[in-house]
Amino acid sequence: MAKNDLQGALDLLILKTLSQLVSMHGYGIVAHIESVSDDLLNVEEGSLYPALHRMEQSGWIRSEWAVTEAGRKARYYSLTAAGRKQLAEREKNWQQVVKGVQAILRFA
Amino acid sequence: MSLFRRIWALGNRAKLDCDIDAEFREHLRMRVDANIAKGMSPEQAARDARLRFGNPAVMKERVGSEDAALGLDSFFRDIRYALRGFLKSPGFTAIAILSLALGIGANTAVFQLLDAVRLRALPIQKPQELAELRIADGNPTGFGVSNGPYANFTVPMWQEIRRHHDPFSGVLAWRTSGMLFGRPSDGIQINGLEVSGDFFSILGIPPWQGRLIQPQDEVSCATPKVVVASYAFWQSHMGGQPITSNTTVLANGATAQVLGVTPPGFYGLSVGDTFDLAYPTCIPPNPRREIFIYSVMGRLKPGWTLDRASAWLGSISPGLFQSTAPDGYSAQAVKTFTSFRLAAYPAGSGVSTLRKTYDTSLQLLLAITGLVLLIACANLANLMLARASTRQREIALRMALGATRRRLLRQFLIESGLLAIIGAILGVALAQPLSRLLVASLSTSNSPIQLSIVTDWRVLLFAAIVAIFTCIVFGTFPALRSSSADPITSLKSGARSVTGSRERFSVQRSMVVAQIALSMVLLVAALLFVRSYRKLMTFNPGMRESGITMGFFYFNLIHAQQEDPADFKRDLVDLVRSVPGIQNAAGTTLTPLTGGLWSHSIHIGSHESWSYFTYVSPTYFATMGIPLISGRSFTASDSMSAPLVLIVNQSFVRKYLNGENPIGQIVHVLPEPQYPARTYQIVGTIADTKYDDIRHDMPPQAFVPIDQLPMTAQQPASAIMIASSSPAAIDAVRRAIATRYPDMIMQFFDFQQQIQDGLVADRMMAMLSGFFGLLAIILVAVGLYGVLSYFIAQRSNEIGLRIALGALPWQVIALVLRDTAVMLLIGLFVGTGLALLATRAAAAMLFGLKPNDVATLVFAIALLAAIAILASWLPARKASHLDPVIALRAE
Repeated sequence: MAKNDLQGALDLLILKTLSQLVSMHGYGIVAHIESVSDDLLNVEEGSLYPALHRMEQSGWIRSEWAVTEAGRKARYYSLTAAGRKQLAEREKNWQQVVKGVQAILRFA
Repeated sequence: MSLFRRIWALGNRAKLDCDIDAEFREHLRMRVDANIAKGMSPEQAARDARLRFGNPAVMKERVGSEDAALGLDSFFRDIRYALRGFLKSPGFTAIAILSLALGIGANTAVFQLLDAVRLRALPIQKPQELAELRIADGNPTGFGVSNGPYANFTVPMWQEIRRHHDPFSGVLAWRTSGMLFGRPSDGIQINGLEVSGDFFSILGIPPWQGRLIQPQDEVSCATPKVVVASYAFWQSHMGGQPITSNTTVLANGATAQVLGVTPPGFYGLSVGDTFDLAYPTCIPPNPRREIFIYSVMGRLKPGWTLDRASAWLGSISPGLFQSTAPDGYSAQAVKTFTSFRLAAYPAGSGVSTLRKTYDTSLQLLLAITGLVLLIACANLANLMLARASTRQREIALRMALGATRRRLLRQFLIESGLLAIIGAILGVALAQPLSRLLVASLSTSNSPIQLSIVTDWRVLLFAAIVAIFTCIVFGTFPALRSSSADPITSLKSGARSVTGSRERFSVQRSMVVAQIALSMVLLVAALLFVRSYRKLMTFNPGMRESGITMGFFYFNLIHAQQEDPADFKRDLVDLVRSVPGIQNAAGTTLTPLTGGLWSHSIHIGSHESWSYFTYVSPTYFATMGIPLISGRSFTASDSMSAPLVLIVNQSFVRKYLNGENPIGQIVHVLPEPQYPARTYQIVGTIADTKYDDIRHDMPPQAFVPIDQLPMTAQQPASAIMIASSSPAAIDAVRRAIATRYPDMIMQFFDFQQQIQDGLVADRMMAMLSGFFGLLAIILVAVGLYGVLSYFIAQRSNEIGLRIALGALPWQVIALVLRDTAVMLLIGLFVGTGLALLATRAAAAMLFGLKPNDVATLVFAIALLAAIAILASWLPARKASHLDPVIALRAE
C-alpha cells in the first residue's frame, strides 16, 4: 500500500501538472512542480521518465514531438480522457490519504 | 490496442530507442540552458545537469522495462543472448543437443511405430464406424480349421450374416492369400486380397484409376477373372500405365482383367500387411463348413453402438451357429461350435497380429528409451549446474546491476528451452530413419512389414511433450539454483571457495545416484534380453536346424498328380533325393517351427485327449536328425494298404501311456471332415522335439507315414525337407524338377534362417536393449567423471591444504573414491529394487530366464561398479597429484 501510494503521489503530481499546463515536456513538468511547490517537492528524472512511459502505456497520457519556445524539439505530453478520469480519482484518493495520515499524526 | 502497439513497437525497437535518447538529450540541454541562465559556467552547468539526471543508460533500461512492448523484445534478446552463449561454448552445446536429439529421437521413433501399429485410423471413410465381427472370447479349443490369423468366419457363417445384419449398414468379408504373378515357371509370389463385392463401397475407398470391385463382379464368379491392383503394385509391376479395358495380368496361371487401382496409402485392413492384387470372393456351391476363412467387418448404422451391436449379434448367434454347424464332427465338438457367440469389436484402426506380437515389446522399448532420456537429462542437469557455476560472476554482476530473480530465471529457462526445442526438432528428424530402421529390423525377406511411418499430430504432440518434460527436468533445477545465488558471496569468492557449497554438491550427487539407479534398470533389462535371445538362438529343438532347406511345391497346374497324389508326392521326394549333392530328403505335411499347427482328437483306451499330428516320409527322422528311442521307424512298405502305424514322441508317452510300453498300443483318431475315424498302432517312439514355437513346451506329437494320409485330405502341394543348404545343390533340385514338371511352382527356404526369422522380435529387443544399456553405462561414466572432476576443481583448495599438511596420494584417492562409493552404493541399492520391479513386466518375453535372475543382477552390479570406479579413478589420481602450492596460490 505504501509503495502504491508513493507511486500514486508522483502520478498524481504529473497528471495534475499536465491538466494545468495542457501540454508539457519532461523538463517542463519537473520545473513546474519545483516552482509551484516552492522547491519543496523535487521530482527526480530517474522516477519521472519511467512514470511518464508507464502512464503512456496505460493510455492516460499521449505524447507528440513539438518545438519549444527556445526552438528545440521536445516530446510533449498531454492528458487523455482516461487520464482526466484517473486524475479525478487520484485526487479524491489523495484527500483520503492525507486525511488518514493527519488523523494518525493528531492522535498523539 | 495494447497488443497491436506491442507488436508494432517490436518492429520499431530502434526508433523507440532513438526517441528515448532524443528525449533525454533535450532534457539535459534544457537543464544546461536553465543552469547557464542561473549564472553557472557552461562546464559547471553540464556537470550539474548530468549529475541530476543520473546514468542515462540505466534510465533507459528503466523506461524500457516500463514499456510493455519491450517485455516481448527482451524475450527475443534473451534468446539471442542464449544463442550467443551456446556459440561461445560449442562443446557443451553439441553434447547437450546431441544427447537430447538422440533421446527424443529414440523415444519418438518407438512411439511412431506404436502409433502406426496401434493408434492410427485406417485411410477409409468414418473409420470409427467400422466394427470387426468375431466369436466372443475367440475359439480357444481350435474347433475346425483356421486359415489365418484373421479368419473368424466360415463361408456359411458369412452368408448368414450377410443376409441379416440389422446394426450395420453394410458388411464385408476379406482374407489375404498368396498369389502367383506371371508364368508358373518364373512367376513371383505376391500378396492377394480376396474381398466381397461391396468391400470398397462400404469402406468408402474411391478408385485411383478405373473402377474398383463391385457386387456384380462377385456374382459372375467365374471367368473372365477380374482384379484390382494396389497403387504400389501398379507402379512397380505394371509401369503405372493408364488402366484400359485391355489391361490384363497373369495371376495364378490365368489371365485376369485389371479393373482399376486403389489409392496410395490403402494397404488393406490388416496393419503391417500389404496387398498387390485384390479379387472378388467366389463362393462355391457347396462351401466347406469347417474352415474359418474370412474376416468380417461391418459399418455401424447411425445410432448403433458396439455394445448394442454385440447384444444383437449375441441374440442371433444360436440360430446362426445352429444353421452353419459343420458335419463330420462328434456331437461334443459340434456343441462347442453351436455355443459360440458373435460380438462386435472396434476396427477403425484395422486389425493386426503385430499388436499381439509387438505391443509389449514396443511399450517396453518406450519405457527403455524413456529411461535413457531421463539419464541424459540428469547428465544435462549436471552439465547445466556446472556451467552455471562457472557463470556465477556473470550472474552476480547482473543481479548487482538490478536484474530481478524472475528475469534471471527466465534467462535460464530460455536457455534450456532452446536446447530442448533444438533437440526435439533434430529428434523428430532423427526419428524418421530410426523408425524405418526398426521396421526393417522386424521385417524378414519372407514377411516384409508394410507400415506407413508418418509424422502425424500424435507424433508431434508426443515429441513436444517429451521436449517440455526434458526441459523441465534438466532446466528448472539449475535455473532455480543459479538464480537464487547471493551476489555478494559469489562476487567476493569468485570461482572457488575452500569447501564449496555442500547443498549444490548434494544436488549433483543425487543426479549421479539417479543415473546409476536408472542405468542399473536398463543394464539388467539389456542383460536379460540379450541372454534370453542367446538362449533362444542356441536352444536345441531336438532336431537338425542347420544344413536343411525347406522346399514347397505347388502342383495344381499339373494334371498328372490327380491320378494318385500319394504316388506323385513319393516320386517327387525320390526325384529330390536322386539329385547329386543332396544327402537326404523327406516329405511332410507340416514344417516344424515354421509352419502351422495340426491336431486330432484321440482315444487311448477309454481316455480322450488330443495330439499334434504330422504325416511324414520314412526318411523324415533321418533327414531331421531325430533319434529313434524305441521300436522301428517307418518304411516304404507302410503304405495305404498296410496296417496304419504311428510313431509318437516321449511327451506323448509320458502324458497318455502311464509308463506302459508304448509299442503296440492302439490309438483311435476321432473323425472330422476329410479325416475319417482311424485306428493306429504305435510302432516306435522318438525323442522330444519342439513343435511350432521354440518357446513352447514339447507337446505330445504323433507321426503317420505320409502314404497313409487320407485320400480326402490330399492337397495339390507338398513340403519337402532337404538335407542340404548348398545353393548349388538346391539349384540342381530346382532344375531337375523344372525339367520334369515345367508347371511346378517352387519355393525354397533355409530352415535355420526361417526359425531365426521367427525370433526377430527377440532379436530387436536384445539389440536395442543392449544398445541402450551400453549407452546408459557410457552416460553414467561420463556423468560421474564430470561431476567428480567438478567437485575436485571446487575442492582443490581443500585438497591442496590436505596435501600440504601431509596427506598421502592414496588418502586423497580414497577421499574421492569414498565419494563414489557412497553414490554407487545408494544408486545400486535403489537401482536393484527398481530393476526387480521393472523387469517383472518383461517376464513373459524372456526365454529360459526369470526376471529376478541372480546371475544377471550380480553381473549388472559388478559391471556398474567397475565402470563407476574406473570413471572416478582418473579424477581421483589427478587430485592426488595436485601441487599444493599452485592450488593454494590460486585463491
